Amino acid sequence: METFLAQVINGLSLGSIYALIALGYTMVYGIIQLINFAHGDVLMIGAFAGYFAIAFLNMPFWFAMLFAMLISGMSGYLIERLAYRPLRKSARLTVLITAIGVSLLLENGGLVLLGADYKAFPLAIAKKSYLLFDGVITITNHQLLIFGVTIAMMVLLQYIVNYTKIGRAMRAVSYDKEAAALMGINVNGIISITFVIGSMLAAVAGVLLGLYYQTVHPLMGLMPGLKAFVAAVLGGIGIIPGAMIGGFLLGIVEALVSGYWSTNFRDPVVFGLLILILIIKPAGLLGKHRKEKV
Amino acid sequence: MKKKDITSILLIIAIYIGVFLLTDVTGIIGPYYQVNIFLAGINIILALSLNLIVGFTGQLALGHAGFMAVGAYVSAVCTMKLGIPFIPAVIAGAAAAMLIGIVIGLPTLRLRGDYLAIATLGFGEIIRGIVVNIEYVGGAAGINGIPKKTTWSMLFLFVIITIVVIKNFINSSHGKMCVSIRDNEVAAEIMGVNTTFYKTVAFSMGAFFAGLGGALYAHYFFLIQPTTFTFARSFDILVIVVLGGLGSITGSILAAIGVTFLNAILVNFGAVRMVIYALLLILVMIFRPQGLMGTKEFNLQSLLNFQGRGGKNAKNN
Repeated sequence: METFLAQVINGLSLGSIYALIALGYTMVYGIIQLINFAHGDVLMIGAFAGYFAIAFLNMPFWFAMLFAMLISGMSGYLIERLAYRPLRKSARLTVLITAIGVSLLLENGGLVLLGADYKAFPLAIAKKSYLLFDGVITITNHQLLIFGVTIAMMVLLQYIVNYTKIGRAMRAVSYDKEAAALMGINVNGIISITFVIGSMLAAVAGVLLGLYYQTVHPLMGLMPGLKAFVAAVLGGIGIIPGAMIGGFLLGIVEALVSGYWSTNFRDPVVFGLLILILIIKPAGLLGKHRKEKV
Repeated sequence: MKKKDITSILLIIAIYIGVFLLTDVTGIIGPYYQVNIFLAGINIILALSLNLIVGFTGQLALGHAGFMAVGAYVSAVCTMKLGIPFIPAVIAGAAAAMLIGIVIGLPTLRLRGDYLAIATLGFGEIIRGIVVNIEYVGGAAGINGIPKKTTWSMLFLFVIITIVVIKNFINSSHGKMCVSIRDNEVAAEIMGVNTTFYKTVAFSMGAFFAGLGGALYAHYFFLIQPTTFTFARSFDILVIVVLGGLGSITGSILAAIGVTFLNAILVNFGAVRMVIYALLLILVMIFRPQGLMGTKEFNLQSLLNFQGRGGKNAKNN
């Protein structure tokens, strides 16, 4: 029971990070039906921005996070503007291959510019452990922080998407681009905003990941990115609450597999889960089957 | 027999004997470039098998290294632990990869969209994760001392078989169904093409030849490790296919040779090499999305005749 609770807590904190990344995937997919393979690398950019802000500019943690969001948001905008927008009318395969190209460009560009060594992420917030229920559960303030920030971000995102003008425009574009354009919505602008918001969430995830593992590395976005995509598919791709549920679920599954079985089987189980979902319920947990429009 | 076919056959024989004379007999080509000639041959097999899936059928698969791994490991176990002769072992490896291709392909290819890309990407990781955990095949250390059975003649034979099989498949009515799925899946379905079936056929056939490439790789380099078959390798093969042209057999062959030797030259610039390839990939996709050769085939005969038109060669009727 104690291992179980401990692993669930680990799973929830890791899962919140996955959920944050998955939100970016699912928003972009919802709006232009593209798996943005470079999303995990935008996270890496955010983590490095946070690292430089804390280690070299001596910014406090929260300013560093804002700085990371700014840098990542800008990279997200540039990626969309330079690589994806020229291909708006191209075949999906073309855009998908481009996305892989962008991802590898960022990863290997990172290796060239930032070096292949692991850099120690500064411990901007001192780590404290709390014992709850007479020591049955140990929880660190980092875990609480990750969980809290994630929930705050999700509430904010839900507010933006459901109650603001921009959010309404985003939903309209994801539903029908042409009709939205006819209603006077600047479709390209809304797509850019979607990329920027998704990238900012990735930056938050990147900084939290840096704090959690206390290292940053040019390839750090690769695996979390892939797993977050699994989380997005698990919850139903294109559905924002689905990405949150999928992220938490995936984090818990991963923690339980590591805790009870072996960390070696963590990644195979996660991807096995993906294939299982595709067999049983391809639309995801919250998804509804949609007929293809011709 | 058409004049064109005779030219191709003469060219094939010339390449075979030429490389044989320059390496095994006289040793003019040193061991370093000899390795790269073999690697080019294996890359031709891998690129053609991926082109069948991505270029001709229009489905993005990102787990080719995984299928290579299956072929390599199964064939290596066959020759080393079970004492099976080389050719049946290679075929067993390829068949195992095909079987897994069907298992992965059936559920994901039923769906429209890009699920195959992510499922195959995940699959590559699953395979590596599983292999690392099996002590029988050496775990993370891999298998060492695989007999070096891939000779130049063997490799050449398998390359020719791959080219002939894939070329004939593409030109058959089944191949045309695959191409129709690439061009417009909805229209193909309306015309009565069983899209899931043909996507799975193309995908599992691609997996078969990827497994074949992996088996030949294992029996040439005599050491295979889980880290040999990472996503970077799948990506290398994708670069070859895209540069050569999505839907061009000769394009894949030429690009496989070109990229292999480019790799040999840039061997000391690991990350920079990948940056160049990634940039190349993005630029090609933006400015020439069908790949450098597009669906065109390189035709030696028309070059000899100074006609200079690179239309589709080989009409199969």
